[in-house]
Parts: sequence; structure tokens; C-alpha cells
Amino acid sequence: MATRIELKRVEKRYGAFDVIRGIDLEIKPGAFTVFVGPSGCGKSTLLRMIAGLETISDGDLLIDDERMNDVAAAKRGIAMVFQSYALYPHMSVYKNLAFGLETAGYPRAEVDRRVRAAAETLQITDYLQRKPRALSGGQRQRVAIGRSIVRDPRIFLFDEPLSNLDAELRVQMRVEISKMHERLGNTMIYVTHDQVEAMTMADQIVVLRGGKVMQVGSPLELYNAPANEFVAGFIGSPKMNFMPVKTEGDGVMLAGQRLQVGHALTAAPGTPLTLGIRPEHISVGGEGASLGDGRVELVEHLGGSTVLHVRPAGDRNALAVVLPGQQPCRTGDTVPMRVDPAKCHLFNPDGSALRH
Amino acid sequence: MAEQTLSRPAAARMRASPSRLGAAMRRNGAGYLFLAPWLLGFFLLTLGPALASLYLSFTDFDLLTTPEFIGAQNYVRMVTQDPKFAASMKVTLLYVLLSVPLKLAFALAVAMLLNRGMQGLPVYRAIFYLPSLLGTSVAIAVLWRQLFASDGLVNSLLAQIGIEGPSWISNPNYSLYTLVVLSVWQFGSPMIIFLAGLRQIPTDMYEAASLDGASPTRQFLRITLPLLSPVVFFNLVIQTIEAFKAFTPAFIISGGSGGPINSTLFYTLYLYQEAFGYFRMGYASALAWVLVIIIAIFTAISFLSTKYWVHHDD
Repeated sequence: MATRIELKRVEKRYGAFDVIRGIDLEIKPGAFTVFVGPSGCGKSTLLRMIAGLETISDGDLLIDDERMNDVAAAKRGIAMVFQSYALYPHMSVYKNLAFGLETAGYPRAEVDRRVRAAAETLQITDYLQRKPRALSGGQRQRVAIGRSIVRDPRIFLFDEPLSNLDAELRVQMRVEISKMHERLGNTMIYVTHDQVEAMTMADQIVVLRGGKVMQVGSPLELYNAPANEFVAGFIGSPKMNFMPVKTEGDGVMLAGQRLQVGHALTAAPGTPLTLGIRPEHISVGGEGASLGDGRVELVEHLGGSTVLHVRPAGDRNALAVVLPGQQPCRTGDTVPMRVDPAKCHLFNPDGSALRH
Repeated sequence: MAEQTLSRPAAARMRASPSRLGAAMRRNGAGYLFLAPWLLGFFLLTLGPALASLYLSFTDFDLLTTPEFIGAQNYVRMVTQDPKFAASMKVTLLYVLLSVPLKLAFALAVAMLLNRGMQGLPVYRAIFYLPSLLGTSVAIAVLWRQLFASDGLVNSLLAQIGIEGPSWISNPNYSLYTLVVLSVWQFGSPMIIFLAGLRQIPTDMYEAASLDGASPTRQFLRITLPLLSPVVFFNLVIQTIEAFKAFTPAFIISGGSGGPINSTLFYTLYLYQEAFGYFRMGYASALAWVLVIIIAIFTAISFLSTKYWVHHDD
């Protein structure tokens, strides 16, 4: 039975500086949860508080309904993979994997069995006698993961484990970690600043900013219904386009044109709002509400898709537009932009989203 | 410009011609001029006297008459007829074997305390380093004599708790140990180096170990010590050499005699007595060269042992 984690009004202060400000969060048994957010948002601190490497200033941490605030890190049944891997440089790979088991006093045969099983799974059997310095980045990463597996923990924590790897290896390890989660079924928490990692791996994403939870949800919930402007901008690549608008009846005024959005607007006419449209929801020509014409400033050909940077008429910011496939657009072209009103997002001046 | 872009073999061919040699001297002359003080110092004040003393060690020389070549007689006498040579060697070895490990252990302990991220670290570091600056001075040795005299501070403190202490420095059973304590007190220099070494150990190493359930003792034995071993090795070699060369404290505390009953007769002190007490310069030179060889042997053993206990992360 996988492990449930619950945070109740958890806070972390360094002197007068609040790093984590009252976080309530439930992590379901067996879920792969990703903490994501810009640097300094407190995601690593929160992870380290769950691990027991940082004290909890206020609130409760419950693991399987047991309060863990004052329980030593080693007794929480947690294994952690560090960004730096934190492999012991003076020990062979075998010793690195065995260290925790030997510390826990397992008999030698059991240590050997577990180390070899983990090495087999992670395909590092050939390197067991090597020192970490003789391994590549990807191999070190595997050893670090192996070290967490051998102890058969309740919970796996990953602190930006892939950020030191090159792009290709990162994709490969991402898949392997996801497969590992599928195979083991343990509760796992993964910290990253990379929203693509978050979207591809998570059952549940927790978006953090300034020590607060901005939104919790599945990747598609976050994509389809961001709770606020920050999440809307953080999830998705290229970033969502934001435009200042004013309400006008049951639509909004954008650059002198009335745009019918799929929202039931109750605000007084003339209320300033922010309109958010994802680049992939804008089309050139075709159906949908008009966003006016714009001049193409830059074309990025990605092969599978084409990204246009289009400056609309008037003094407005350029919009990113993602079109499927290879488009014959050129810099300087004027294109008519359209959008499906149902895919528009509206945000209040305080950043919160207007719900459909 | 063209000269600077020559390939190495081409430059070597050019160097062979005399006019090019002159050009090279002209080009590098200023550099050699700047090097001159060091070169002069090294050849005239270090290498020259060292070689001279090697020659003198095979002579009978009293500073006033011409050195008389006597072959290996000085060395033979040392091992066959000189009980003070053996006595001083014994005192020195005992001093080295006691003071070096104690000093290193104490220095490491203080460094670990200071490494716990306390406020005002630079101040403490400076305060703890101070004895090392003062330690080998005459003034401190004099102070030490006062501290450990029969009516000194140590005994008056002991008297407070009802213990009547001996006269530490005039009792041959204790006198050497007061010098060992003095040496340990000068832990500052290895401590600073340990501190720098400790700060190189990534904290996530300890975090990983604590998640693995390793106790502080186990973390010290399995992580700190192995990762610090290059620094331990460096300090060990340097402090061993320093301990073999120790002279001032014994000279001051025993009044130059190495007493009581040769209990503080350091090898260097005996050498000094032979050289400047009895003007047996040839014999003293031979003593000096034996010390060089002994230090070289200890250092070589230390280096050879590294493959068993020093971890190099390169």
C-alpha cells in the first residue's frame, strides 16, 4: 500500500524571511507529484522539509496520518535523489549502493542481493567496482537512483535530478523515471523548474510561487483551466499571450474590436481584464473570432510546427502563434488572426481566472 | 610577432645560433633580473651551505683551523660511541610520535567545531590561530616555563582541587610532556588547513548519509575522514617535519641543556650543543645530515602509505 502525505499549513521561516507560507497539500498514495515553479519559489525547500533535511517552522507534516515534524530524516522511510547526485566519491558504485543498507545493519548476503538487483534494473552492473568519477553524468544519475531504490523506501523524492544532464539524456531519464514509478507504484515527489518535465511526468502538478501554492491539478487541468495568470503563463510553451481588454456587454473590447468570448461576464462594462490566449489556439485565417491583422516579425520553423511572432495593428505587444506543420509565412507578411472564443482565458486585475 | 608564432622545433633550431641566444637574453633579461634575488639567496644561502655542510660532515672542523678530512668517522662515532646521539634521537622520536597525532587530532576537533556555521567565525579563526604565530617564539617558551614551574599557574590551579602537582619542567618524567602540550597548543596552522578542507566537502554528502541513517560518528568515519584524507596527509607530513626540527621550546625551557637528565634533549638541541657549545662543526654537520635522511625516510613512508588511506578525487 503506497503512502499518503499531507501538509497542513506548513511554514518555513529563516529569521524574518518567509520561504514557505502556509501550504496545505494532499499527496495521494502512489501519485507522481511534481513541484514546479521559478527559482526561489520554495519548491526545493518544501521537498527538503518533507525529507527531514529542513525543520518545519509551523504546521504539520503527516505521512500515512502520522505526524513527522520531529521524526529524524532516516526514520521517515524516504529516499532522495539529489541534483548533484551526492554520490560518495571515495566509494565504488557498489559501496555507494550498499552504504545505506550496511548502515541499517542488513546481513551481507541481503545487501549483496539488493545491490545487484538494483544494479540489474538500472543497467549499471558493469560499473559496480568503479568510482563515481569514472562514470558519465547519465551513469552517475543511475547510481543515484539506484541508491534510493535499494533501501525500498515508502517515498521517493527527486530534487531537480535531471538538470545536470544534456537534453537527449534528460528525455531518456525522464522516461525511465516514469517507468520506474509505474513499476514500483510508490509515492514520488519530483521537483523541477522545467514545466515540460512537469507536464510529461506528473499525475499531479503543484505550481508554487513565492512560497505559496498557486494551483494543484493534473497537467491537463492546469493547461485547460489555469487558476490564475501566473499558472497560465508558466504552463505551456511558448508562453500564453496576454492582452489588456475591457468588458463590453457579454464580450470584451480588444483594440477597438468587440470579441465574443466564451465567458458569462457579469462585470460592469469597461472593467479592465486580461485576455489570455495560448499560441497554439490562434489560427491564421479560417474560422473563429477575429483578433485583427498583424505583421509577421519573426518566423521559427520547427519542422513539425511553425512559430510566428506577429505584431497586431496598433501599439500592442507581439503575439506568439503556433501553426501546425510547415507554413509558407515570411517576415513582413500580414496575416489575419483568428481564435476559438471557447479557448480564451480571462483574468481579473488581481490575476485570478474568471471561470467559464 | 613572427618569432612568437614559430613552432616549437623551429624555435629550438633558432635557439642554437649564438645571435639568437643573445636575442633571447635581451628579451628575457628583465625576467632573470627579477629572479636574481631568489637565485642568489637559493645558491648562496641554501644550496651552498647545504653542500658545504655535507662536505664538512666528513671532516673534523672546529671553526678556527682548516677542516681535516676524516672520512666517515663522524658517522661511525655517532652509532658506535655516542650515547647522547641515541638519547636525543629517542627523545625526538617520542616527541614526534606524541605531539603530531595529538596536535592533528586537536586541530581537527577545533576545525570541526568552527565548521558548524557559527557567527563571527573569522574572529574565532584568528584567535585560535594566534598561538601558532606566537608558539615558536622565545617569549611563549618563557611563559610556558612559568606556567609549568613548581609554583606556576598549572600547579596553583591543581591546588584548588586539592592536587599537589610536581614540578613539571624539572621532573624528567614529565618535562617532555609539557613540550608536547606546548606543541599541541600551537594547533592553529593545521586547524586552518583542516577547516578549509572541511568546507570543501559538499553538505549534500552529509544529507544523503543522514537519509541513509548514518549516525554522526559513522558520517565522520565514513565520509569526513576519507574525504579529508588528502588534507590529513598534507598536515601529517608538514607537522612531522616541523616536529623533527623543533628546537626553541626545548632550548628555552631546559635553559639550553636538554635537561633534566637529557629528558628534553631534542636532536636539534644536541646538534646545537655540538656545533656551538663544543665547536665540533664536522660532527654537527654529520648529525644534521642524519636528521635530513631520517625526515626523508619518514616522508617517503608517509607518501608510500597514501595508496592505502588517502582518497584523491581527480
